[in-house]
Amino acid sequence: MAELTVSNVTKSFDGVEIIKDVSIHLRDGELVSLLGASGGGKTTLFNVISGLQLPDQGKILMDGEDITGKPGKISYMLQKDLLLPYRTIEDNVALPLLIKGEKKKAAREKVRPYFEEFGLEGTQKKYPGQLSGGMRQRAALLRTYMFSEKIALLDEPFSALDTLTKSAIHQWYLGIMEQIHLSTLFVTHDIDEAVFLSDRIYLLTGKPGRITDEIVVREERPRREEFRVSGAFLEYKKEILKKL
Amino acid sequence: MRKKLQNTTSKLWALAAVAALLAVWQIACSTGMISKFMLPSPVDVVKAFIGDFPLLMENLKVTLIEAFLGLAIGVALGFVMAAAMDRFDRLYQALYPLVILTQTIPTVAIAPLLVLWFGYEMTPKVILIVIVTFFPITVSLLDGFRSADVDTMNLLRSMGATRLQVFRYVKLPGSLGAFFSSLRISVSYAVVGAVISEWLGGFSGLGVYMTKVKKAFSFDKMFAVIFLISGISLFLMWLVDVLQKKCMPWEDKK
Repeated sequence: MAELTVSNVTKSFDGVEIIKDVSIHLRDGELVSLLGASGGGKTTLFNVISGLQLPDQGKILMDGEDITGKPGKISYMLQKDLLLPYRTIEDNVALPLLIKGEKKKAAREKVRPYFEEFGLEGTQKKYPGQLSGGMRQRAALLRTYMFSEKIALLDEPFSALDTLTKSAIHQWYLGIMEQIHLSTLFVTHDIDEAVFLSDRIYLLTGKPGRITDEIVVREERPRREEFRVSGAFLEYKKEILKKL
Repeated sequence: MRKKLQNTTSKLWALAAVAALLAVWQIACSTGMISKFMLPSPVDVVKAFIGDFPLLMENLKVTLIEAFLGLAIGVALGFVMAAAMDRFDRLYQALYPLVILTQTIPTVAIAPLLVLWFGYEMTPKVILIVIVTFFPITVSLLDGFRSADVDTMNLLRSMGATRLQVFRYVKLPGSLGAFFSSLRISVSYAVVGAVISEWLGGFSGLGVYMTKVKKAFSFDKMFAVIFLISGISLFLMWLVDVLQKKCMPWEDKK
């Protein structure tokens, strides 16, 4: 069970409303995208969900528990991998466990088995500077996972990668999500990415940002690369473009 | 590999320049272009250095102890001040101008005062060194702490990190580079600071040795001690480099 409910969240800065009355939910094992233009309040919403900022109104519930304004429950991952350059990959990934108060040795022990699963074997003792962009994003994701193994908030995590790396990492992500049974809330401004990955897509538009539509993508999993160039894919894209 | 090769060749050029300079100096002295009384030749300096070696080492020991004590206290003080000013904004606003102010005080002017207040022993020297060394450390560490990446700190906070944990995992390691740069400066300040304060009153140390040989017009010994001081400073700066490489292994692996 890992469900996230955001109900009627409104947040403003200096009297300007950034997001208004946003309600979304994420079911167990789902990948839900939040699609909207840059500067439309996506990041604000994420900060509220992760507990870094208190909403003016509304609530965040995880599995029924009220986690509004409580950091330390759900973590997120950004476009910048934010790996600490002075820690080895192993120690970066173990960081959430150290923060929770585990001993260094025990934390390293705990993260070890996941390296293979995440395609990161052999990188344990390396520093982030020695890894490619795609590998760094995987490490960042593993770190997010070590923090909260049920729900991942991803804020444009792949937008800095080139197209080829991106489609490879999409496939990889869908695979790993299935494997480790993760629910994902995904923020992006890339329509193709949203359609390819998501079960459902919320459109966040306007100023202040509101949820103006919800699109269900009824394509079976596992999704193949061919889906990207299929007629169905284009239909979804058209529909979204029209509604944005 | 290539970088290493380039490094060695650039060092070779520097060594060649120094050798050339010494050669010109030696020739100028031995041909009588400059009188021996005004400027001793390099060979004379080396002879003086060897002749007075035990005495030099004895005084060096005193100077180094002062420098290390002062530097250690200066670094500790700098760290505490920077951490406190980073944590409390009011403290930053209150103390930062004062910290700057300490650097406008001419060292040469307060050294005799310190001697009057604290005597001819080590205390006034150590205090003076603390005053000159804590400043670069404080300013660079503070700058390092304050320029820590906001996104990274937010991410750690989202993981439930306490303020202390953010400091320990982000701010502290992130300012190591700046810290070592300032330590390199502080090390040479410490040695020079020790010498200056000994100059202005004391019983032993390289500064005292300097005033004695100056009064005796032994310019060869004067040069010997000058070279010893700059040699020691260089050696200490090199030590800081080694320490930095040890403490920051990730910098090497990019």
